[in-house]
Order: sequence, then C-alpha cells, then structure tokens
Amino acid sequence: MSAPLGDFPGGLKLPGHKKRSTQGPIRKTPISKQLVLPLQQHIGAAAVPIVEVGDKVLKGQRIARAEGHVSVCLHAPSSGVITAIGEHAIPHPSGLSAPCITIETDGEDRWIDRQQIKDFRQHSAHELRQIIRDAGIVGLGGAGFPSFIKLNPGVHHSVETLLINGAECEPYISCDDMLMRERADGILDGVEIMLFALRASRCILAIEDNKPEAIAAMRYALSGRSHLSQTEIVVVPTRYPTGGEKQLIQVVTNKQVPTNKLPIDIGIVCHNPGTAYAVGRAILHGEPLISRVVTVTGTDVPHAGNFETLFGTPIKDLLVFCETRRQPDEPFIQGGPMMGYSLAGDDLPITKTANCILVGVDDVAPPAQPLPCIRCGDCADVCPASLLPQQLYWYSRAKDFDKTRDYNLFDCIECGCCDYVCPSKIPLVSYFRFAKTEIMNQERERHKSDLARQRHESRLERLEREAQEKEERQRQRKAALAATKAAKAKEEDSTNTAEAADSVTEEKA
Amino acid sequence: MLTAIIAITLLALILGLVLGFASIRFKVQGDPIVDQIDKILPQTQCGQCSFAGCRPYAEAIAAGEVDINRCPPGGEATIQALADLLDVEPKPLDEECGVEKPKMLAVIDEARCIGCTLCIQACPVDAILGAAKHMHTVIANECTGCELCVEPCPVDCIDMVETQPNPHTWRWPDPSHVDLQRRTGS
Repeated sequence: MSAPLGDFPGGLKLPGHKKRSTQGPIRKTPISKQLVLPLQQHIGAAAVPIVEVGDKVLKGQRIARAEGHVSVCLHAPSSGVITAIGEHAIPHPSGLSAPCITIETDGEDRWIDRQQIKDFRQHSAHELRQIIRDAGIVGLGGAGFPSFIKLNPGVHHSVETLLINGAECEPYISCDDMLMRERADGILDGVEIMLFALRASRCILAIEDNKPEAIAAMRYALSGRSHLSQTEIVVVPTRYPTGGEKQLIQVVTNKQVPTNKLPIDIGIVCHNPGTAYAVGRAILHGEPLISRVVTVTGTDVPHAGNFETLFGTPIKDLLVFCETRRQPDEPFIQGGPMMGYSLAGDDLPITKTANCILVGVDDVAPPAQPLPCIRCGDCADVCPASLLPQQLYWYSRAKDFDKTRDYNLFDCIECGCCDYVCPSKIPLVSYFRFAKTEIMNQERERHKSDLARQRHESRLERLEREAQEKEERQRQRKAALAATKAAKAKEEDSTNTAEAADSVTEEKA
Repeated sequence: MLTAIIAITLLALILGLVLGFASIRFKVQGDPIVDQIDKILPQTQCGQCSFAGCRPYAEAIAAGEVDINRCPPGGEATIQALADLLDVEPKPLDEECGVEKPKMLAVIDEARCIGCTLCIQACPVDAILGAAKHMHTVIANECTGCELCVEPCPVDCIDMVETQPNPHTWRWPDPSHVDLQRRTGS
C-alpha cells in the first residue's frame, strides 16, 4: 500500500450520507413480471434486435447484437417471452422514448448454456475482448462506455497502469463500496483478466478513506493472491469529486490528463470495480452482464440498501420492494445528488448505467430564485478542472458558444461543485449542459448542411452534364441526319449524272 | 530636392514591384467571403430568399445587392451570424420571404404515390429515391425540409412533418428561459 502522490484543485468536503445504505448486505431484487430493455444503454450505436415478438428466450440469451465498433450486445436478464419491440420511455433527462425490447418473464429464471473459461491465459487478449463485448459489458461507473474498447491498448499506446476507481465520491451512493466489501475476490478475478488484456505492468486500486470495510476486504482478498504482486491499494482522502477519472489520476499518480486527451495517452486506463467484477463473471463463469448492484437510498427510503437488480426491472418495482414512502409519479433522482438527474414517471427501467436511485435528499434548500452573479469567484475556487465557471456562465447565458469553447467548456465534468457553493444559487451546471448540447447540435447541423451543399453541388453538376450530353446527342443526330441527307443527295446526283451519261451514250449511239 | 524626388520615386518603384509580385504570388482563388457566407446559410436550397439556392444568395449578399434577412430556415441565428461576419446591424427576418419554422421533414405517403418522379426532379439535394411508376421515398437523413417537393406532387401525397427530438438530438433547456417561466408562473 502506498500513499497518494498528488492532489487536484478545488473540490468539496461533502456529508457522505452513505451509512444509510450500507447497514445490510446486498440483496437480490425479485424478478419483475415485465422487463424493459432499451437497445441503447451504452455510448455508441444502439444494439440491433435479433429476436422477434413471441420468441421464447432463456436467461443470458443474446437478444440484440452490437452494431458497428462502438457498441455492445444485449441479453435477456431472465427467461420468458418477448412481448414487444418498440418505443418505450427510458430513464433519460429528456423524458423521451427510445426503442426497447420487452420481456414477459416466466419466473423459471432458466439459464442458457454458459461457456466457462477456466484458464483465460490460454486465450489471446483479442478473444477475451470479443467475449467481453459479446457479454455486453460497459463501464458501470455511470457513463456506460463499451469496456472492450478500454481494454485494448491498441498499437499506438502502451498501458502502464490499470486504475480501478473505487473512490465512489458522490454522497449517498454505495454500490461500489458494498461490491468491494462482499465480492472482493470476484473483482480481483476481473482485475487479473484486465491486466492480461491490457498487458499493463501494474494495477492501482484507489479507495476513499471513508470506506474502511471495503479497504480491509480488498486487502484481505489481495493477500490471498501472491501472484498479484504488482497490484496495490491506494487509500485516497475523501473529497468530492475524487472519483472523477481525471481527478483520480491526478490524485493517485500526480499526472494530468491534457485537454482533449484520454488517460490512455499517458499510459493509464481507468475502470470501475463493478466493471471488473462483470468482466470476471463473463470470462470465468460465462455470464453476460444482465444485472448490477443499485443503491436505493434517500430520506424517503426507510429500508435503504444495495440491491442486485436485473436490467429492465421497472424502477417502480424496485422502489416498492424497498418500501419507499414515495407517491406514484413523484420525481426521484437517478445517480447522486450532485451529478444525477431528476426523473419522473413510474414506467422507467433500470439500465446498465443506473448506479443509484435517490428518493428524498437531506437538508435540501427549497428551490430559490437565482440572484445575479456577484463575481465572488467561489465557483472558480472549487472547480476541480480549474475552469472559470462565472465566465462560462456569462457566455452560456449570452449564447456566445464560441467563447464558451475558448474557456474550455468541454473540460467541465458537470460535478456540480460550483452550483453547491454559489451564494446566488445560480444553476451553473444547467447552463453548461445547455451550452454543451447546443454546441453539439450546431455541429450536427453544420455537418448536415455541409452534406446538403455537397449533394446540391453534385446535383447541379449532374444536371449540367446531362444537359451537355443531350446537346451533344442532338448535335450528333443533326450531323448524322445531315450526312444521310447529303449522301442521299449525292446518290441522287450520281444516278442523275449516270442517267444523263446513259442518255448521252444513247444519243451517241 | 532632386535626391528627395529620386528617393521617393525609387521607393515607390520598389514597393510597387513588391506589391505586384505579391498580387500574383499570393492570389486568392475564388471569393472567400462568398464561401464564408455560404457556410453560414443552412443549405436547404429552398429558394425562399428568391434566389436559386444558398450559393447564389451568398453571392448576392457578398456583392451587396440584397439584405441579410431573407433566409427563413436559418432564422435569427443565421442573421446574427451573418451580421457578425459582415459587421452590419442585424435586422428582423424579412416577412416577405416567410417565417421561421421548426425543422421539418418531407414524408411521402407511399400508398398514394403514383411514381411520377416530379418530386425527384424538384428535390435540390437528391434526397428522394424512386423510379418512374415505382413508389418514391424520402431519405430522412438527407432531407433539408425545403418543401420544394410538395408543390409538384399531383396526388398531394407529400406531408411536411416536424422532426421529433430523440435522446441523441435532445438538448437541455435554456435555464434562463426556465427561470422566466417560473417567474411569470408564480
């Protein structure tokens, strides 16, 4: 074990509120009657269904295949019948619908044949990545990026350090904490496979110091594996947002990931312990990713805890199982109080990226009217990315998006520290999210208009070419006509002269 | 006196040569301002500005023949961008040309389509697919919503529908507007 080497600017000490959900072990959520699986639960292209309505599926059976490179497969979380493939509400801040596969479970929960790999070292890293992709594994920390891509060092990089991000800095959330406490061995299984796939020389397990049980459990599991000598546990101080990828790298290695670069560019790859656990299950047990640990907590949840929940389980069922004091259709938060977003509606399913369902937050101030910015600079002090939130706010509000880019808007990790300290209660992150999606929309439109211009230009070219060809054809036809006419005239002429000659000879005769 | 005249003449001669050389060596092909204006225009090629497409309009703006407020699909954002580029005062959209509408998409009712190809000929960006006496369809990703195909259709089977946002294209609402709504609501 070694001490952290660095530190990141800004950040906050927040009340953890984690005890509420760490009192009991991880419990299994009962299988719901209906499971709704959005085809896109990851970053990249949506999966493509390979089943039809009415098909019987088994637990773990693939129901949608990956489309393109940045995509993963989707599996049936339990056995049953496909009852619908179509639009369904998804847990997204927009409240919009997206294509989903709906399964009516039969309660038997019968597994498909599982291909277990006992010694993964017999396989190539490429094969292992393929299995991980086919198992539908994405980063379970929240973003949902396909994990197999992050397990590929590629030809241009060499990975020195695998960083397992067990910081879990956001208040209330404790799913990684509980997973590390209870399934430390499973996580290390995954770590071994990840190290092998990445050809990384060492692994650092970073855990915040407010999780002594998890640290002890991981340390104990690690002591049983003498061959993992290159793996160490680093206890990092509890501070929000230590769990941000770039922030944690700075804390643990004292290296900064440059703007517009990825951690892999400085030889580091970061994964979540939940993802490591899923990788271990997929390779050693042949189980695709069909469930995850979800923290259900908040002031309105008397029996808060962590629940191993099948994907597609309606959040409503999970909340009923936790005996939440929530009225139907009352909004709740997916994710934590700092970075999560409010959702409403009872019909939303648990997806791969759902780490926490938060119903009721302690000491929340009533929504107040934002006051004008007084330029106190508190937001810049707490910004972990060293940005100038008040400038970004100013330009986002004025819709001067070019300027927001100059101030590195896209380095903002939307951690919410600036919101938290703002004495004027300005919803800064909302402005930044607004500006980001506006800029992305502008880029999309620009791309579309470029395409339209290209198509219009090639159409004009084509029309011109066709007109020219037509003219050319007409000219040719005219020429041909003239030629035949001339030929005819000549023929007539020659016959005439011949006749004349004949008559002349006749006359002579 | 004489030296001064000679010096100035020489200087003028040398600078003239330098300028002459530069004008040949660093000659800019095409008209960059037209390209820049064309880049800002939305490329719907709808002709609502009374020109036969976005590029002719851009050329006319560059020549100073028309105002910058004749593009309804681009709306206020385009006028603002053009005003910034050309350093002129933005004006409200010329109502003669039309009004700013949400993004539209042409949809062919395929059951009613008789396959006359008139819409294919009208589409400025080749976004309609089909052949004579065969059903036509719109390539949704490439349709600019210019409405030029609606008029020629003899059986009125083309509808313009508003494009719906999906979770990919969805944008976070403007917080200042949300505040305003709350303020006026309370």
